[in-house]
Amino acid sequence: MKKLISLSLAAAMTVSLTACGGSQPAETTAAGAAADATTAAAAEGSAEGTFKIGVIGPLTGPAATYGLAVQNGADLAVKEINAAGGVNGMMLENKAEDDEHDPEKSVNAYNTLKDWGMQMLVGPTTSKPCIAVAAEAATDNLFQITPSGSAVECVANDNVFRVCFADPDQGTASAKYIGENKLATKVAIIYDSSTEYSSGIRESFVKEAANQGLEVVADEAFTADSNTDFSVQLDKAKEAGAELVFLPIYYQEASVILKQASDKEFAPVFFGCDGMDGILSVENFDTSLAEGLMLLTPFSATEEGSKKFTSDYVAAYGDEPNQFAADSYDAVYAIAAAIEQSGATPDMSISDLCEAMKGAMTEISIDGLTGAGMTWAATGEPNKAPKAVKIVNGAYEMQ
Amino acid sequence: MSFLSYLINGISLGSIYAIIALGYTMVYGIARMLNFAHGDIIMVGGFAIFTIVSTLNLPPLLGILVAVVVCTLLGVTIERVAYKPLRGASSLAVLITAIGVSYLLQNVALLIFGSNARQFTSVITVPNLKLAGGKLSISGVTIVTILSCILIMVGLLLFINKTKTGQAMLAVSEDTGAATLMGIDVNRTIATTFAIGSALAAIAGALLCSTYPSLTPYTGSMPGIKAFVAAVFGGIGSIPGALIGGVLLGVIENLSKAYISSQLSDAIVFSVLIIVLLVRPTGILGKKITEKV
Repeated sequence: MKKLISLSLAAAMTVSLTACGGSQPAETTAAGAAADATTAAAAEGSAEGTFKIGVIGPLTGPAATYGLAVQNGADLAVKEINAAGGVNGMMLENKAEDDEHDPEKSVNAYNTLKDWGMQMLVGPTTSKPCIAVAAEAATDNLFQITPSGSAVECVANDNVFRVCFADPDQGTASAKYIGENKLATKVAIIYDSSTEYSSGIRESFVKEAANQGLEVVADEAFTADSNTDFSVQLDKAKEAGAELVFLPIYYQEASVILKQASDKEFAPVFFGCDGMDGILSVENFDTSLAEGLMLLTPFSATEEGSKKFTSDYVAAYGDEPNQFAADSYDAVYAIAAAIEQSGATPDMSISDLCEAMKGAMTEISIDGLTGAGMTWAATGEPNKAPKAVKIVNGAYEMQ
Repeated sequence: MSFLSYLINGISLGSIYAIIALGYTMVYGIARMLNFAHGDIIMVGGFAIFTIVSTLNLPPLLGILVAVVVCTLLGVTIERVAYKPLRGASSLAVLITAIGVSYLLQNVALLIFGSNARQFTSVITVPNLKLAGGKLSISGVTIVTILSCILIMVGLLLFINKTKTGQAMLAVSEDTGAATLMGIDVNRTIATTFAIGSALAAIAGALLCSTYPSLTPYTGSMPGIKAFVAAVFGGIGSIPGALIGGVLLGVIENLSKAYISSQLSDAIVFSVLIIVLLVRPTGILGKKITEKV
């Protein structure tokens, strides 16, 4: 059996190698020649050549939606940048590898990309693989920017940056948004104490709420075992006179909360985070219940600023882009901006390139799809204004 | 006012536990086995109603009827296929089979309906009741749940005490061997018990999903476990015990959520169970069993 597997694997490899060799022999030589030219040219101070950007995400399996979106978003950005003449005249080249949302496979994907000659990494897409790859990238001191790894540990090393908000930052951003837009002063929270995601957001929300002059009048929990009955939590929120109920939870539970609240004739403003994204797709859900619901999401396909991106994306890949596509699109533009800022060239060693990019990342500011005037701190966290959408007539409306 | 509202919601939740607990307690009383697949029959009932009402757009009453028929047939089939061949086997073997059936039902539902939660359209369209000038609002579902629970309880007691089949059930539960000698068909009596228990599970499914409108293949498992606790709490094998156990459990759960901690409510419920069992090992209304030597 083992023999059979290794034989077939070997056969598959041969085929794929032949395929590579067969389809792009001309290109390989061209790139080789270009690289030689660059080495020669670099000495004279002019900049030509190609930056190789690796992309990692789940391209197959249950989380494939995320990975494919990241792959396509990065691909679209690279094509746009190259079509516009590249970065300081240097081209970008991207290649994506599948990690099936598995930390071990993600490290394999990372090594495959390094063999390909990767100089910078966009990814991995999901948090756990991202943490695993970050350890490797730190050893190599390779510049890494994850579009959507939101766990705190993803950017623990100083060579890693991210485009999305960290989980706890969503809580801070929510409280800020509610406070600055004066949505309410009395706030209730209903959160899932059995997930790290929900309790992490809740903790930072409570901290920031105090700074924003918000009064948390009810702070109620549920667990994975009791995620269908919210009557007591809602009664307590109603009793306490909450004007807004903050729901840092996933959309399935939220759909039940909305239903039970409407049965109780309790109609505060409901406010969620990115986990709420998807509520309109719950089967048999009466979307009129979600009317007026607000959620923090970095990207809306229908908003003015992302219309061109959306239509280009649909034309190229056939799907409507989601927030992951936008995150990775922004990640590539951030790389381009940082290359421009630092004056990095493709002939630098991976480690030197990383040092140059790291410094430049904290100096750039880009107007991306997921936020205007995005800047980065040396910790790797993005600094951008949170965007909120409100559900009006069963569709997202940007606030 | 809020206390009353918590209390009424607790009684409503407890009524659902009580209806489910009846299924456990009757089967235990007669067949001396714990039917752990009972909670999943509730889920099947929920999906039957969902398919009829939301997918096919037929009237809710028809949905409930179909669910009752489907669950009754399912209950009898499970008994016939999985439990009857094991009648003489050790109770541990039957228990493990029951757990197996439970997982089987969950996974088949997972295969057919997928793991995404569905919003259940309430099959009960009774308007909300407003008391004390609108300060206390009791939802229609709550009222219907409590009333159905009382009706079912009374009906079941009458059935057991006044009909021949009911008397046969009592006889089998007291002494299977003697009942057989008296000409009672034990297998048929046990099948009837499963049929009644499963029909009640369908009704519990309708009430449960109307109150807490989220339907997944795992919908029945937690209420099933809580109802089992309620049955033990009230004294397993006793029908009034299931009512008392269920309602007490629901009220304790809701009040501890409201006044102690929404996080600890389950822990409190199970601690109360442990304390009650330490004091009264057979539950509140359980019969004291003295083993004759």
